[in-house]
Amino acid sequence: MAGAPKYRPGLGLSASRRGTEEGPWVKWSLVGAALAFSAVFLVLPLVNVFVQALSKGWGAYEAALADPDSWAAIRLTLVVAGLTVPLNLVFGVAAAWTIAKFDFRGKAVLVTLIDLPFSVSPVVAGLMLVLLFGLQGSLGPWLDAHDIHVLFALPGMVLATVFVTFPFVARELIPVMQATGSEQEQAALTLGASGWQTFWHVTLPSVKWGLLYGLILCNARAMGEFGAVSVVSGHISGLTDTMPLRVETLYQEYAGTGAFAMASLLAVLALLTLALKSWLEWRTQRGYARAERAPVSAPRP
Amino acid sequence: MSIALRQVSKRFGGVAAVKEVSFTVNEGELVALLGPSGCGKTTVLRMIAGLELPTAGDIWVRGQRVNDLSVRQRNIGFVFQSYALFKNMTVFRNIAFGLKVKKWKPADLRQRVTEMLQLFGLEGLEHRYPHQLSGGQRQRVAIARALAPKPGVLLLDEPFGAVDAKIRQELREWLVRLHHDLNVTTLFVTHDQEEAMEVASRIVIFSGGRLEQMGTPREVYEAPANEFVARFIGVMNVLEMEVRGGVARLGELEFPAPHHAESQRLRVGFRPYAVQISPDLEQYRYPAVLRHTFFLGIMLRLELELPSGLTVRARMTKEEYAHLGLEDGRPVSFQIRQYRVLATETAPLTPEVAASYAAPPTFGEHI
Amino acid sequence: MDEKRFNPLPGFGLTMGYTVLYLGVIVLVPIGALVLKASALTWGQLWELATNGRALAAYRLTFGASLVAALINAGCGALLAWVLTRYEFPGRRWLDALVDFPFALPTAVAGLTLANLFAAQGWLGRFLVPLGIAGAFTPLGVVIALTFVGLPFVVRSLQPVLANLEREVEEAAATLGASRLRTFCAIIAPSLLPTVLTGFALAFARAVGEYGSIVFISGNLPFKTEIAPYLIVIRLEEFDYAGATAIASVLLVLSFVILGLVNALEGWANRWQG
Repeated sequence: MAGAPKYRPGLGLSASRRGTEEGPWVKWSLVGAALAFSAVFLVLPLVNVFVQALSKGWGAYEAALADPDSWAAIRLTLVVAGLTVPLNLVFGVAAAWTIAKFDFRGKAVLVTLIDLPFSVSPVVAGLMLVLLFGLQGSLGPWLDAHDIHVLFALPGMVLATVFVTFPFVARELIPVMQATGSEQEQAALTLGASGWQTFWHVTLPSVKWGLLYGLILCNARAMGEFGAVSVVSGHISGLTDTMPLRVETLYQEYAGTGAFAMASLLAVLALLTLALKSWLEWRTQRGYARAERAPVSAPRP
Repeated sequence: MSIALRQVSKRFGGVAAVKEVSFTVNEGELVALLGPSGCGKTTVLRMIAGLELPTAGDIWVRGQRVNDLSVRQRNIGFVFQSYALFKNMTVFRNIAFGLKVKKWKPADLRQRVTEMLQLFGLEGLEHRYPHQLSGGQRQRVAIARALAPKPGVLLLDEPFGAVDAKIRQELREWLVRLHHDLNVTTLFVTHDQEEAMEVASRIVIFSGGRLEQMGTPREVYEAPANEFVARFIGVMNVLEMEVRGGVARLGELEFPAPHHAESQRLRVGFRPYAVQISPDLEQYRYPAVLRHTFFLGIMLRLELELPSGLTVRARMTKEEYAHLGLEDGRPVSFQIRQYRVLATETAPLTPEVAASYAAPPTFGEHI
Repeated sequence: MDEKRFNPLPGFGLTMGYTVLYLGVIVLVPIGALVLKASALTWGQLWELATNGRALAAYRLTFGASLVAALINAGCGALLAWVLTRYEFPGRRWLDALVDFPFALPTAVAGLTLANLFAAQGWLGRFLVPLGIAGAFTPLGVVIALTFVGLPFVVRSLQPVLANLEREVEEAAATLGASRLRTFCAIIAPSLLPTVLTGFALAFARAVGEYGSIVFISGNLPFKTEIAPYLIVIRLEEFDYAGATAIASVLLVLSFVILGLVNALEGWANRWQG
């Protein structure tokens, strides 16, 4: 029943010239659908933040941000991120070194455990800290007796943020370190370098972009975390409100412009994060391309 | 004695990678560790450097037992097969690294690096990064980096493996000259017997984690300790023969074997160069037909077929071939000037058993 | 040291020790606190607290909306990944960068702007609400927010797989006379399926735990638009630690189940790489 293939105009799936491409009609419908979906779920929400923030004019925007409680929220966010990111940085580097450079039993279990916080709901993470440090909890009474405040204070918020951003640096760093192998490190050792010298001069420079990538993601999440911090912070305006919590406070006070003004700062942070991330990805890809096109001059033995 | 191994063994999990290896390398020697891939030669090199720990045995470097010294304390120059250049450092900083971590004074460091750049023909490239260098240049940077801190011994893992065939030849000659100039005890790993023969003053041959033979290129070629070495170094005709009446026989071929028992089976080997050919059918003992000639440049390889169907490989120069007026399909006569009994059939021929075969090498002249 | 593979690099003891210690203090001890609290309750109490009417309604909404959102993401995410890797069109690179926007944007901001967009006077709401499609303060709003939050998972999982797909296989199918649709259904789709499922599971897991964006858009009405994480917060505010723990336990166990599922799926997906 093999008839001659019929040319059916307009039906892109069979009318493709090379047989491995869709026809233009199909292609542009797919692109159009993807763009429409992205417009509703990505572009409009982003643009809306800035439009709403500036809807009452630049003056109202500035006034909303000048509120002392808003300033306190910005400061607190910076402090929390400033403490969280270095903590997870040190951990990420240590974990990546152990996992990427050594073979040991239970490695797969360790990697799974490191990824665990990603699959725990932030609210549940916050609850765990409440159960641990709250007055009803395991350590609460002892801490209270020694006048140490963890919950509804900075330490609890940092711990909650560290929990939810725990895997970022490690999971970016591990594949990069695995890919570079250990031969450069071994070469450094044969040349007489100590472990620290090897790490600083050989390992760190070769993973710095991966490390930066992890740091950027970790920082974005640390500054933007809502659920876990909300549970342990106690929502005290001017004291334990971070920027995302401040957005909620203002929203519940029906201060729409204020909420959007604060949100616009966080949206700028998100855009900066995306820009840095894209730049890093572009850099890495260019690095590969450059290595492939490396000029090879005539050898002189 | 610069490097000495005493009964060194290495196991990875349940697998014995190196089995009771002992050998000595003298000060200033250039020695090749030769063997097929997976024979344990690289493991031996890495154990000398301290990149692997031996399971048993002692390793001595320049009179000092180094088993308990870490890599960085051994003062060894190591060149990795992939070179392992520091990608984020320029040529200059790569070479300077070993000096820097040993806290050389800046002026001395600069002078030493400049010296190395000159010695290795790398002037003008000191600010390039590894990815901007050719394969040959990378190799020279790797060796310069290893030699800059004046190591006691230089170890190279497959130094010619990563460069293409064309420049490999030049690099071999260059390495010999460099070794001659610097006189550093040098040990290199290779799987290429030609390379080992050409470059090294002595060769250590490994197979299956065991040391098969150590000797000069001439010794291992002319007096292989066993069949493995004989087959691995150069081409050899190996025949399985049976002793009858004090003579080992196979087809038309006969070799006197007065010391072997009746009906014992022997493996006998002879090099292609030991086969003498004449177009005069009466001149030599065995008749044959020249089946095929392979042109390998200046040397030719010939395949002779005896009436019984046995095939023998021979070689000669182009000039000799032309002089004798040979061509494919032509009947000839030949004789075998030199042969060796490689093994007796009473012992099966694993390399291990071949190595333990204690009979002294028997050279025979045969008409 | 003898039988184990020797490694000349230093620092294993130090980094391993620190990794395990830090992991223990930050992650395992808090999880332990939850397990301890839950184990102080009897099975009956736990069951009672975890399955009362309000909690059941919250699970229904959480899991139902998460499932719908993850399904939308599987479909639209696959479409986005396909378009981004296979086609060249103006603004492709911008769109590619923007896909990570839901990861970068704090969820509170996402909730705030989505609630505003779909509200009666919002840019989208003014067209949709008259049609009877109310986004804000409805279960639909929950689905919208969860779709936004989980959007990058499927796209980012699929992109490398699509890029590595051998074009020769498709060309082979074409030379054998298969139509493009046939090639897609018989050759391309089956090799993408495990990855789509992985992305789906990741998006679902993320959606189940999501809190920040929902608070703004759902209105948090008990039995109607209240999600399980929000109910935990309510129980905490009522100082009902046992109730909070019971619901959290359900979510935690589910997280672990999904985590195991994702690992299994990734193993399955990698089998295709040969």
